[in-house]
Parts: sequence; structure tokens; C-alpha cells
Amino acid sequence: MATISQEMDPAQAALLDRVDPAVLEEQPLVTNNRDFNWVTNKICGIVEAGTPTWWWVCMAVALATAAFTGMGLLWLVSSGVGVWGLANPINWGWAIVNFVFWIGIGHAGTLISAVLCLLKQGWRTSINRAAEAMTIFAVVCAGIFPLFHVGRVWFAWWLFPIPNANGIWPQFRSPLEWDVFAVSTYGTVSVLFWYMGMIPDLGTMRDRAVQRLKAGAYEGATEYKRKFAEGFDVFRKYFYGIFAMGWRNAGNHWRNYEMAYLVLAGLSTPLVLSVHTIVSFDFAVSVLPGWHTTIFPPYFVAGAIFSGFGMVMTLMLPLRAIFGLHDLITQRHIDNMAKICLGTGSIVGYAYIMEFFIAWYGANPYESFAFINRAFGQYWWAYIMMFSCNVFTPQLFWFKKVRENWALVWVMSILINVGMWFERFVITVTSLANDFLPSSWGYYSPTIVDIFTFFGTFGLFSVLFLLFIRFAPLMPIGEVKYVMPQGDPHGHHAAEKGGHH
Amino acid sequence: MSNLHSIIASFPDTPSLYHAAEKVRDAGYKKWDTYSSFPVHGMPAAQGQPRSKVPVFTFLGGITGFTIGTLIVWYMGAYDYPLIVGGKPFFSPIFPFPIMYELTILLAAFGTLGGMFLTNLLPQHHNPLFESDTFLEVAGDRLLIAIESRDPKFDPASTRQFLAEIGGTDIEEVSA
Repeated sequence: MATISQEMDPAQAALLDRVDPAVLEEQPLVTNNRDFNWVTNKICGIVEAGTPTWWWVCMAVALATAAFTGMGLLWLVSSGVGVWGLANPINWGWAIVNFVFWIGIGHAGTLISAVLCLLKQGWRTSINRAAEAMTIFAVVCAGIFPLFHVGRVWFAWWLFPIPNANGIWPQFRSPLEWDVFAVSTYGTVSVLFWYMGMIPDLGTMRDRAVQRLKAGAYEGATEYKRKFAEGFDVFRKYFYGIFAMGWRNAGNHWRNYEMAYLVLAGLSTPLVLSVHTIVSFDFAVSVLPGWHTTIFPPYFVAGAIFSGFGMVMTLMLPLRAIFGLHDLITQRHIDNMAKICLGTGSIVGYAYIMEFFIAWYGANPYESFAFINRAFGQYWWAYIMMFSCNVFTPQLFWFKKVRENWALVWVMSILINVGMWFERFVITVTSLANDFLPSSWGYYSPTIVDIFTFFGTFGLFSVLFLLFIRFAPLMPIGEVKYVMPQGDPHGHHAAEKGGHH
Repeated sequence: MSNLHSIIASFPDTPSLYHAAEKVRDAGYKKWDTYSSFPVHGMPAAQGQPRSKVPVFTFLGGITGFTIGTLIVWYMGAYDYPLIVGGKPFFSPIFPFPIMYELTILLAAFGTLGGMFLTNLLPQHHNPLFESDTFLEVAGDRLLIAIESRDPKFDPASTRQFLAEIGGTDIEEVSA
């Protein structure tokens, strides 16, 4: 601020005094003046404490739910794809809907870890680890559907360019093959990014286990309990130690690590944009009215980020309440996530309306029919679900009162994902059900196998996420400390702050 | 001296660690490092370290991925087993672009992670510093500088005194 006043002439300075502009304090990213040790103890403590009862209950429910996917897939593999509700002319049903739904959810994780990193958004630090985990688990759930949609899943490796006995190769001119590359690259790079970000924290977990083993002071009512606690630390010493690769928190380590992190963020940004673009090519490259549009790539990417942030809030709000992370995931974080939902939700709403406009303006009778049919045809109920959840729900985030009501934000985050599922259903099914020839029109209904398989993926996702919060540090400790005032090497007293470099 | 690995000194807060690092750099030490549980902004410059070499590995990975992507599409679709599909060309730089693009990113990402490990000389599961109880506290809030005995300027007495002069506390020797 000092530099500005030096450059001002007296008239300007007098004006500034008269106007007396409000001084806007930046909301801190870690509240209540916590210190470094508190952050380390808080985040590591979640993993090091005994397994809470609610975790076992949730795990049991999640496993039981995941069993539905197992049952659905077993049914499919032992009978054939005919057990799904697919029938001419609707040959893409819930499988592709669920695939796009889950892949879209993953996008917020990469957006938080990569795009917000490049944009230097300090608030991403406390949510990025969990969001990246969400990405990976969402990709796992998404991958199941196309994998089993191929019918004979034991030949799924033919999708990859691996020599086989028939001497044939994948068909690189098909968008579906592009998708294989996009999704498998996305999954792999997300795992690499997630793992690399976790290395310093794994080192911290290792060092803490070694510290406790050296101190040897284990509390416990019985000898058995003390031995058990000690045994667990021996496990931690080796388990986290192996994956930490000997990380020493050295300045030289951090230098190369930060560069690698920045580069991976730079690689993941075009990657995440390409993945949903290529997913939308599955539709856009066809010649079906309602699919064959150039608006699809940006519209899909915006929708993916929208649904992904919905899922991040669905997961993070309960975690924040359960683990008491209010000083790390503050109202500022929730505000920002809600605003991103508002922004991307508005883009999605704009795309819905623009599709209608272009259908009319393009003067193609098939295209106009496809859109009028979407909103008022046999699937009107799905269109209403989609439009109300995706277009109207996020508009409530304009209001601060709404953003501060955590229960309401949580309910809205679920509505967003319900709406986004219906969006994919509307896009996929309405265009196929009523195509060029009215004589071949049909009506699609899922079978019980479709329903089981999809329902179970929520269980599978929860199982993986529960394992994550139990065994991996929930937040990147080093990154959280980096955005704390004490982490600033140029003095951290609030009054002196304002120096920018 | 042969069984001495390094001398470590602690610093109370981030600014003092940062300024101490500048002094160690200016004193001409080469085999030393700072230790903190978070990356300190501007620390590489304070330590006199050059820009990280990780992007070189990223670039090599990316080039490899792009080349492989181009070659497999050409070899499989246009050379080894050309199939007529919808009148589309057997090879063109346009349609396989997603393949080339994704493989570029995939191998560049592997190159980056591998580059991080190579430049940091990891994995290295054993290091004498891990034996020090003080060093283990870096995981919490301790901020350290360690000057290693293999540094040509290292001398057990004068290095120890130097670390005390620049504000280091809890100075201790770590044996190899």
C-alpha cells in the first residue's frame, strides 16, 4: 500500500481520504490462529486414532451396497448384455449414462488439484487431496460400464493396441477408441498426481510412527491393547515408509517436488478438458439429431465440473462435521465451491437454452423435432428433473444466507448430481428413442440388472473413499502449512502483510 | 570425523530459516540443505539452487508419447492391417490426434514423476538423518539446516560455531 501512496499526487490523496474506501480483509485459509503442529496432529490424528464405530457401520453399508454391482455384473457376464434394457433403437442406455455421470464427477478433483493450482488459488489446498481421491474412485466406477458393455469382458483387452491371435488392431478412427485412451490416461495420470502429492505426507506419517516407537510409551488398559497399538505403528513405519520413498523434507526435495507438481498441474489441465471433450465426441461425431452439435465439448466439460463440485461438497461437508475440520475447510472454501457450482451451472443452463435456439435457428426439422421432443415428448419427466435441478438449484447460491446454511448446501449438492444424471439420460435416450423413422421408435426402460449395477457403484465408491479416509492423510499437510501466515518466509504479522512478490 | 554425517541446527520460525539459509549459501557451503515440513517460498534462491531439471524429463516423456501415438496409429491402421471403414483415410494427422494427445500427456506425466524421483535421488529409504530424534520433529514444526561432513568447507568446530552465529539452536551432530 505504501508504494501506491508515494506515487499519488496530493489531490488524489485528498480524494482518497474523503472517499475513505473500505479495507477488505482477506479471509484466512486456516482460522483460529492454528500452528504447524496443530495442523500435523489434526490431519495425521484422523488416520492414527482408533477406527471409529461410524466407520465400521458405513463400511458395512457400503460393502452391502457394492454387492449389488457385483451381483449385476455376475448376472450380466453369465447371461449376456441382453439382460440390460437395451433394445433397438435404444442401444445405449444406462451403461453410457452412468459412465458419463461418473467420469463427470471425477472432473472436479482434477480441476481443484490442477487448474486451481495454476491459478494460484490457495483455498484449494485443504480440499484437493480428498477431491483427487474422489476423481480416481469415480473413474473406477465409470470404467466398469463400458468395460462390461463390450459383452465378453474377457476380450476387453482388445481395446488396447496389444497384438492378438486374430492379427487385428483397434479401430483408431472411432471416437470410442479415443475414449479408451482418454479415460485410461486420465485414470493413470490422476493416480500419479495423487500419489506424488501424498509422498511428503506419507513421510510425515512414517516419521510420527518412528517417533512413537522410539518413545515406546503406549497407553492402553491391557497389555494386549498396548501391543496392538505398537504393532500398528510397526506396520505404519513400513507401509508409509515404503511409499514415502525416503522423503526427507529437504529444501532440495521440495524444489524438485514443487516443479514436478506444477508440471503435472500443467499436464492435467489440458487432460481434464480433453477427457470430457472426447466423451462428448462419442455423441457429437455421430449424425443423430440432438447429438451432432459443436456445443457438446464445452457443454460437457462445464457440466462435469458442475457435477464434480456437487460431489466434492456432498463428501466434504459431512467429513468436516465428523472430524471437526472447521478451521481448515472454512466458510470461505464453501463459498468458493458454491460459486463455482453457480458459474458452471449457469453455463450448463445457457447451453440448454442455446441448444433450443440453434435447433430453431438452424431450420433443420429433425433437429427441432429432437429438441421439442426432449422437453415435451415421452421423456418430459426426465427433462423437468434435469432442468429444475441443474438450472434452478445453483441459482440459489447467489445468496449468502444459502451458502452459509450447510445443511441446505449439502442437499443442493445432491440435487445437482441427480440433475446431472438426468442430463446424461435425456441426451442419450431421447435422441435414440425417437430418431428419423417413426416406425422404429421405441421406449427405453432399464431392467433390474441395470438398476442393481448402477446402485452398487455408489457402494463401491463409498468403500474406496472410506478406505482412503482411514489410511491416507485427508489433506496435503505441507500445502496447508504453505498458505498459513507462519509459512511465509518474509514475516507473517498481519499488519505488515501486503508486501507482494 | 569419518563417522560424522552432519551437524544440524534448528531455527525458530520460517523467516529466520530463510535468512540463515542465505547466510549458509554466502559462506560457500555446498553439501547442505534446509529441512521443513512444507515448501518455503523462494527457498531455492535462498539456498543458491538452480531451477529444477524435472521439466527435461517431462519433455522427453512427452516427445516419446507423441511419437509412439503417431507410429502405432500409422503402423496398425495404415501399414500392418489397413481396413476400409466408412471411407475414412487409413492415416491422417487429424483423426488420431486424441491418441497422440493422450499418449503425450501420459508419458509426460510418467516422465515428470520419474524425473522428480531421479532429481531427488529417491527412493533412498536409509539416511543417517532419520536416526536423529530432532530430525524426526521436522514432520511437526521443527525447521532445520544440516551441513554435511562431506562438504569441503566442513570442520566440526568451526561449522558448529558458524551455525550458532547465524541463529541456530539445538545444534547437534548426526553420526553416519
